[in-house]
Amino acid sequence: MATADRVTIDGNEATVNVAYRLSELCAIYPITPSSTMAELADDWAAKKRTNIFGTIPTVIEMQSEGGAAGALHGSLQGGALGTTFTASQGLLLMIPNMYKIAGELTSAVIHVAARSLAAQGLSIFGDHQDVMAVRQTGFALLSSGSVQEAHDLALVAHAATLRTRVPFVHFFDGFRTSHELNTIDLLDDEVLKALIPESLVHEHRMRSLSPERPFVRGTAQNPDVYFQARETVNPFYARTPGIVQECMDLLAEQVGRAYHLVEYAGDPEAERVVVVMGSGGETVEETVNHLNASGEKVGVIRVRLYRPFPVAELVAALPRTAKVVGVLDRTKEPGSNGEPLYLDAVAALSGAFADGTLESMPRIVGGRYGLSSKEFTPAMVAGVYAALAQERPPTGFTIGIHDDVGGTSLDYDPAFDIEDDQTLRAVFFGLGSDGTVGANKNTIKILGEDPNRFAQAYFVYDSKKSGGSTISHLRFGPHPIKAPYLVNTAGFVGCHHFGLIDKLDVLGLARPGGVLLLDAPMAAGEVWDALSRQAQEQIVAKDLQVYAIDAGTVARNAGLPGRTNTVLQTCFFAISGVLPRDEAIEEIKKSIRKSYGRRGQEVVRRNEAAVDAALEHLHRIEVPDEASSQRNPRPIVADDAPEFVKSVTAAMMGGRGDALPVSAMPVDGTYPSGTTKYEKRRISDLVAEWDPKGCIQCGNCAFVCPHSVIRSKFYPAVALDAAPESFESAPLNAAGLPESRYTLQVYAEDCTGCGLCVEACPVTPIPGSSRKAINLTDVTASLDQRIENVGFFETIPHNERARVDFGTVRGAQFLEPLFEFSGACNGCGETPYLKLLSQLFGDRLTVANATGCSSIYGGNLPTTPWARNAQGRGPAWSNSLFEDNAEFGLGLQMASDLHTQLAQQRLSAMREEIGAALVDEILTAPQIRESELAAQRARVDEMLRRLEGVEGPMAEDLRSVADHLVRRSVWIVGGDGWAYDIGSGGLDHVLASGRNVNILVMDTEVYSNTGGQSSKATPIAAVAKFASAGKTIAKKDLALQAVAYGSVYVARVAFGADPQQTLRAFREAEAYDGTSIVIAYSHCIAHGIEMSKGLEQQKRAVNSAHWPLMRYDPKVRERGQNPFFLDSPRPTIPLSDYIYKELRYRMLKASAPEEAERLLEMAQQAVDQRWATYEEMATREAAQFLPDSRKKD
Amino acid sequence: MDLHTSYLGLPLRCPLLASASPLSQTADGVRELADAGVGAVVLYSLFEEQIRLQELRDFEVSAMHEDSFGEATSYFPEVELGTDGATPYLKHLENCVAAVDIPVIASLNGSSLDGWSDMAKRMESAGAAAIEVNPYAVPGNLDVSSSGIEERHVEIVQTVTAAVGVPVAMKLSPFFSATGAMCRQLDEAGVDGLVLFNRFLQPDIDIETLEVHPAVSLSAPNEAGLARTWVAILRGRVQASLAATTGVETGADVAKYLLAGADVVMTASALLRHGPGYAAVLLAELAAWMERKQYATVDAFRGLLAVGTGVDASGYERAGYVAALTHAKETYGDFLIRD
Repeated sequence: MATADRVTIDGNEATVNVAYRLSELCAIYPITPSSTMAELADDWAAKKRTNIFGTIPTVIEMQSEGGAAGALHGSLQGGALGTTFTASQGLLLMIPNMYKIAGELTSAVIHVAARSLAAQGLSIFGDHQDVMAVRQTGFALLSSGSVQEAHDLALVAHAATLRTRVPFVHFFDGFRTSHELNTIDLLDDEVLKALIPESLVHEHRMRSLSPERPFVRGTAQNPDVYFQARETVNPFYARTPGIVQECMDLLAEQVGRAYHLVEYAGDPEAERVVVVMGSGGETVEETVNHLNASGEKVGVIRVRLYRPFPVAELVAALPRTAKVVGVLDRTKEPGSNGEPLYLDAVAALSGAFADGTLESMPRIVGGRYGLSSKEFTPAMVAGVYAALAQERPPTGFTIGIHDDVGGTSLDYDPAFDIEDDQTLRAVFFGLGSDGTVGANKNTIKILGEDPNRFAQAYFVYDSKKSGGSTISHLRFGPHPIKAPYLVNTAGFVGCHHFGLIDKLDVLGLARPGGVLLLDAPMAAGEVWDALSRQAQEQIVAKDLQVYAIDAGTVARNAGLPGRTNTVLQTCFFAISGVLPRDEAIEEIKKSIRKSYGRRGQEVVRRNEAAVDAALEHLHRIEVPDEASSQRNPRPIVADDAPEFVKSVTAAMMGGRGDALPVSAMPVDGTYPSGTTKYEKRRISDLVAEWDPKGCIQCGNCAFVCPHSVIRSKFYPAVALDAAPESFESAPLNAAGLPESRYTLQVYAEDCTGCGLCVEACPVTPIPGSSRKAINLTDVTASLDQRIENVGFFETIPHNERARVDFGTVRGAQFLEPLFEFSGACNGCGETPYLKLLSQLFGDRLTVANATGCSSIYGGNLPTTPWARNAQGRGPAWSNSLFEDNAEFGLGLQMASDLHTQLAQQRLSAMREEIGAALVDEILTAPQIRESELAAQRARVDEMLRRLEGVEGPMAEDLRSVADHLVRRSVWIVGGDGWAYDIGSGGLDHVLASGRNVNILVMDTEVYSNTGGQSSKATPIAAVAKFASAGKTIAKKDLALQAVAYGSVYVARVAFGADPQQTLRAFREAEAYDGTSIVIAYSHCIAHGIEMSKGLEQQKRAVNSAHWPLMRYDPKVRERGQNPFFLDSPRPTIPLSDYIYKELRYRMLKASAPEEAERLLEMAQQAVDQRWATYEEMATREAAQFLPDSRKKD
Repeated sequence: MDLHTSYLGLPLRCPLLASASPLSQTADGVRELADAGVGAVVLYSLFEEQIRLQELRDFEVSAMHEDSFGEATSYFPEVELGTDGATPYLKHLENCVAAVDIPVIASLNGSSLDGWSDMAKRMESAGAAAIEVNPYAVPGNLDVSSSGIEERHVEIVQTVTAAVGVPVAMKLSPFFSATGAMCRQLDEAGVDGLVLFNRFLQPDIDIETLEVHPAVSLSAPNEAGLARTWVAILRGRVQASLAATTGVETGADVAKYLLAGADVVMTASALLRHGPGYAAVLLAELAAWMERKQYATVDAFRGLLAVGTGVDASGYERAGYVAALTHAKETYGDFLIRD
């Protein structure tokens, strides 16, 4: 038997570790939670790691999963060993090719981190909806339930597909397995080779297309033969289960781990048996052992091969004593007569009963569990077995939720616990930015290194992209850890940010007598008094041992401000005593050198210094006998919040969303607008502060604020009579309004302290001070005052839109933002554009949002930023998919056009009844300027008033579409992954449609949401995932492509470089009666910049001509003038001055200096050439551009 | 005309060196300098502090966002960056060494003793013929005393010479209370060469934008006096080689430094002003002057006008330093000592 390396890795790595070694080609595309597999494959190929055949696999990123499947299909037909990695909608996009690959009996494996599908809402988390949606394609489906299995069965899938010619989907549970770290034994190359003899590879190659032995494959077939031809494959499928078992047996011979197609565990004479697939099987099996130990007679059948369905094996595995079989599906098929695994089991068992294999037919029931990574715990399993013991066991049940609508949910006792006493459990609450998760990954790897210890870690992240919390669940002990569910009682609880103890149920997880480690920014003597009454009561009641350290200060002194992770990790080892102290410190330092070594010696040195400094600042806190604090935690939402927010949203915000019943949920995915304003996150102590004396009221800070926390109003001085003492104002700096006051209000609780406003402020310095007119300041002591000021500011009416000059940045500050306080990264480069959209057109705006960052910070529950104004109007927002957003938006526009026409028709038909003059005005009035739009609104209101009491179908019809008489503004928004790659075809089609839609591409030049993968917007010389050796192909010039149609308004903007041009482009695009596209430079964390320097980088991008600002306006062409406006000045700096301020470019310079130099030269050339082209275009005659050939009505 | 000389024990084909400047930022630039005839090239400085800060900043901008959100645990590929931020410099050094057949001297500005020795060792392995340590730092910390600064200089020399086998020179600031004593201490500490002097970058103020601009100004011949004086004084008083830099614009300026006693003369400003090929002009002018003066070798006139040559040895012993400086005052003008 081969000796094995022991490692602690996650399910994604465990899988790709095998898949990579067995493949010649990986066609990839990022999608959560499978992206890591593709990233690792790409990384290894870049580092020239070979597969078992001695070659380096080709890893190619495609434009979509559909593209990846196409490339995979082609590579297979070309004789290569191909694979891909995907999940969710990605797998659905592969379906057409999957039918082809299977229909042609082609050996292939698709590895899937199984994930929910976007239905009433998108979810990145795990269940089996995606894999169940491909069970009919002809692919075999092989399921892994743990990290070790994912590693082992990946091999079985590759081995079996070559033997059977049936292609395989190998899947495991997204997040629960894909992201769980667990200790496993690695398969070495010899084992892989033993299961994949080269002869099989050669046979696969011989089936490929070759002009040396030509044939045609992929014919069109007719009614005479298609049917018969479809039936030819049956023997292959019939053989497959047996061959899979043979491969499993071969593996067992090699490494001793035995697997079966279906596996029974439990009492041989069990009366109640559960059938289950995936990681849930681990939980059920562990629970079965526990229940049987206490005298029950239960069992579990774990299904590993799901397609072809192993009927005989399932029947054979079922103890003949079974009276009730409960089949658990991790999927949902609305309207079906049961979920797929259940139906398969019913068919298998009833078939066996019919043919006599089974003497008696047990009762079979089915239920659903675990959708979207919903917890599936031993308590729930026990609940299921209890239900199966009922005289009439329920079917179509759910477990793990409270279904008070359909009554499907089973009861269970959440306190039921089966965890091994020898397994130590620890939970850590941290902030995303403090490194807690990274340190815990290291901790678990350190602990997993001991051959006598097993370790597991799983991480729960916040729904906000930054400023959010993380919860790390760690287990370690002497036995293998088969517990794919969260820790619910921990002997050690670390709270790595003091504020979290008030926000989340930190202490609820602590075991009585356990340890609490607090990061407390205060002297040890003050810690107890700083806790809330509730926290103190829980600590006393549970008799917790409390330790505290001011980790923030220790980290800062070590030169690592904000990175408390190594300090707290050291404390954990010291307190828990899991390793001898000196050994632990040496191990931590070793892991620091390993994880941070590639980031430089200084990073290592400072982290080591933090470790050394930690323990002398760690204190045991004396716990009194009773609570003394009078402080209560702040309520999650204010009392004046709407009922839905208080009862539903607040529960999600407080981490109690799991307890919400079905009845609390909207039935169709519809949620109220503007809920972020109820979530006062207070994520930064440093907050923007206005200085009215120095301020020139230019509006720049409000314009660039990514979080809409800077708002301006002007108002009569008398309004200040009721103002709080600290409320600040200045005389309005505008002609004609001498008595007016001006206030720039910072919403302190919502400010993230990103600092873009300070950078944008042109006032520097205020005489007598080094400060600007807006500065970051610590507001901890003055927060209450600031909240009061915001409250007063809210009572001042918004300035009338018709009185504001929309054309200037100075004027735009007075427009109410209807996109506010999003959970985007601090200093986000996208959100200022969305805020501007909402300010300019918000009360008549419809947004079609491509999946990506903007759909996440724009639409991820619990709270969402698209808001409504005092009249109840605001952006209507929807996210369809990633790939279809342009088409989706076009559909919205066409519906709007239809109903506008219908309203106009009905209005004309009722001209006399309503009043000819009013109707004519409504039908003909211009609706471009804000005053015109206001007048039209008034006309429509008047029309509806006149329509009151009028009955009849015509009037009813008119009323239902009357709001379309005010011109709507449909915007299709998304990032470059959508616009340049996956949605490119649709976008192109919409550009060519001539329809009046507006498109906003927020170009971060990389897939930001999924973690920085290269897109066709990624520039030459930049490093990105899937382009780790530097992008060598130039960025697509989307603007010129759009210009080529002649009928499209095109602009390229960068708000940080020229906000005025941005504003102008948005307004022109919206006013243009045709398709408009605005391509917007969006600085991003994936660029590797300090986000507070985002505006500087935008300026550099423009000044180096990397991002030439331009507008192309077909209306100008119609007037006989040159429609191409080059709005940038000539380049003033070389490209290198821009790009080397960003880590994404510096990485290449550091890793491959010669290549960086070569690519810099190429990139500079590309920039120069494009500039020359643009300059030439800017000097052409109008006639040299294609005219807009659309027919004008 | 034989221009051969030696510096730090390295035999050189001529006494003109290209000092640290942007011209040495590419291997091609170094090749051009070599083609123009310089005796050796000192590469631009590797600033340890800068590397460390850059590493930290890079760490912050990438690590800050890792493991924060379910969809992405990181935003950058795992690129092998070599060991740290010094790698590009060292690779460049290697390339330069391979590109030319004259000695390439690496210049190092460290920030910690560990850093000084580690970086110097790595420069040596990358092929540096010598290390020029450049402790350039504006002592903005008002608590650091002059003796503290001096001790630090000695410590750096001891550390770096102990760490490497190649010769070590130190480039000095002109602003010591006792430059001569400092040089002697460094000499005793084992430094192989002294480079006189460093130029400070002194920021300018824009009175319109009210902003501070980092300014780089090239040196002019009238600034050469200070370095020349100290070269003249130190000639024969220290074991270390003497390199003069600052204010070299013509062959005459080179000759003056050599007459004062410099082993080699370095220039950056003239080469930046006129291009790397200008080194050939300087050397031709030097050769022409030597021919006119009938000096067949550089050694024939080196140090002719050093302080030591005009001072009686026993007199020097008696009057010591003051006497020497008085002579210097007479020879070079009275800007040195005004008491």
